[in-house]
Amino acid sequence: MPSSLEGALFVFLLATFVGFEVIRRVSPLLHTPLMSLTNAISAISLVGSIVIAGAEKSQLSTILGTIAVVCSMANVVGGFVITDRMLKMFKKREPGR
Amino acid sequence: MIAAYFIQVSYIAAAGLFILSLRWLSHPTTARRGVRVGELGMLLAIVGTLVHREIVSYQWILVGFVLGSAIGLPLAVFMPMTHVPQRTALSHAFGALAAGLVGTSEYYLHTGQLTAFTMAVLSLEVILGYMTFTGSLMAFGKLQGLVPSRPIVYKGQNVVNLSLLALAVGIAVYLVVNPGRSELFPAVAGLSLLFGVLLIVPIGGADMPTVIALLNSYAGLSAAAMGFALDNNLLIVAGALDGSSGFILSVIMCRAMNRSFTNVLFGGFGQVQVAVGAAEQRSVRGATPEEAAAILEAASSVIVVPGYGMAVAQAQHKVRELYDLLTRRGVDVKFAIHPVAGRMPGHMNVLLAEADIPYDRLVEMEEINPEFPRADVALVIGANDVTNPAARHDKTSPIYGMPILDVDKARTVMVIKRSMSPGFAGIDNELYYMDRTMMLFGDAKVFAGELMKELTGTRVGS
Repeated sequence: MPSSLEGALFVFLLATFVGFEVIRRVSPLLHTPLMSLTNAISAISLVGSIVIAGAEKSQLSTILGTIAVVCSMANVVGGFVITDRMLKMFKKREPGR
Repeated sequence: MIAAYFIQVSYIAAAGLFILSLRWLSHPTTARRGVRVGELGMLLAIVGTLVHREIVSYQWILVGFVLGSAIGLPLAVFMPMTHVPQRTALSHAFGALAAGLVGTSEYYLHTGQLTAFTMAVLSLEVILGYMTFTGSLMAFGKLQGLVPSRPIVYKGQNVVNLSLLALAVGIAVYLVVNPGRSELFPAVAGLSLLFGVLLIVPIGGADMPTVIALLNSYAGLSAAAMGFALDNNLLIVAGALDGSSGFILSVIMCRAMNRSFTNVLFGGFGQVQVAVGAAEQRSVRGATPEEAAAILEAASSVIVVPGYGMAVAQAQHKVRELYDLLTRRGVDVKFAIHPVAGRMPGHMNVLLAEADIPYDRLVEMEEINPEFPRADVALVIGANDVTNPAARHDKTSPIYGMPILDVDKARTVMVIKRSMSPGFAGIDNELYYMDRTMMLFGDAKVFAGELMKELTGTRVGS
C-alpha cells in the first residue's frame, strides 16, 4: 500500500505537532491526569482489537484479538474513570470554609 | 458502503474530539469537560467499528468488553491516589500488550502476503509493544515493591541490553527482506519481551517519573505503529498524541533532574554511593513540637515543601489540617511543588488535591523560588534531594546542576524527618546542618498532629 504510506506519515506528523502544541499548554498541576487521559485515548487500539476478535479468521487471531480487547477495554474504562476521579479533587479555595 | 462511510465519519469525529479533550485538560476549570469529550470520542469510534464488514461474530468482542471493564473499573475506582503510578504502569502494560498481540495476529493472518512496508511497521509495533509490556510490568513491580526498587547493575549491562535490541531489530529487518522465514518471528517477540525486562532492571526508584513517562511514549508509539499497519488514521492520531505527551513529560522530568535520557536509561543512578565528606560529623539542631509551634505561631508566611515521604507516611490529611488552622489565623500558606516530587509527573499535586488543599495554593518551582527569601518558615515534609543546596554549588555532588527548591533561603527551615538517613541519591543534605534549620525528628503524620495540638493549645495528657 505505497499510496497510503505518505498519507499515513502525513497524518502522523501533523498529529505529533498538534500533540506537542496542545500538551505543552497543560499545567504541571495536571500532569498525572494528563497521563491517564492520554492513556485512555491511546486505548483506541481497541478498534483494531475488535476487528481481529470479531473477524474470527483463525483460532490464534481470535484468541489474541480477544485478549487485546480485554486489555484495551480495561484501559478505556479505567483511564477515563480514574482521570475524572482525580480531576474531581482539584478544587479552588472556597471562601469561608 | 454506507457502513464504510459511517466508520470514516465516526473516526474523523473521534480524532477531533480527542484533540479537543487534551486541549481542555490544560486547565482545572475545563479539565472535566475534556474527559467527557474524550469519552464521547471513544464511544463514537467503538460504535463505528462495530459495524465493520469483517466482523462476523460479536461473541468474543462482548466477552472482551465485559472482562476488560471488570478489570479496568475496580483498578480505577478503588486504587488509592498514592498508588496511581502503579496503576499507570499497569495500564501502559495493557495498552502495549494489546498492540503487540494485534501485531502478532496480523502477522500470522497475512504471512507471506505482507508488503515490505506493512511488515516493517508490524515489526515496529510488535517490538515496541512487547518491550513496553514487560518494561511496564517491571516498573509496576518496582513501584509496588514486588521487585527490589534499587537499581541492579552489572558490568557490560548496556552492551548486553543493546545487543538484544539490535538482534531483535536485525531479525525483523531480515524478515522484511525474506518474508518466507516466518519461523523467526517468535524470536523477535521473545527478544523484545526480554529486552523490556532488562531495560528497567538497572533503573532506581527515584527515576520512576522519567521512566513511566518514557514508557507512556513507547506505548503511544506502538499504538501509532498499529495504525500504520492497519491503515487506520484514528489510531495514528491517538498514538501520536499519546507518544508526544509521554515524550514531553519525560523531557520535563529529565530537565527537573538535570539529566539526559541516556543517563536515566543507562546510568544506573540511585545506587547507594558513599558521598564525599560524609564521614565528617556535623551537628544538627533538633527541636520539639513546642519550639516549632512557637515559631509557626509568629510566622506570617509559610511555604510547605512536600515530598514522597509525606505520602508514604500518609500525612497529607494532617498537613491539610495544619494548613487550615494556619490559614484561619491569617498565615499565608503555600505549597512548593518540585516537578519530580512523587513517583510520576504531577503525582504530588494529586495527593494534595485529594487531601482537599485548593490547587491555587500549589505552586510550581520556578514561581515559588523567588518567594523563599521572603518566607518566615519553610516546612519540609518528606522531601530531601530536591532541597539540597549542594545542587547549586558543589560540583562534586552527584546532583550538581539539578534545579532545586531554594528552601535554604527562608528565615527558618523546619525539616520533619524520621532519621538522618540520606535520600534516593544516597547523599547527605547540607540543609540539615544550617544554623537556621530545625530538625523535627519523627513520623510526619504524628509530628504534624503534635504541631496541631500545640497550636490549638489543647494538648492532652502529660
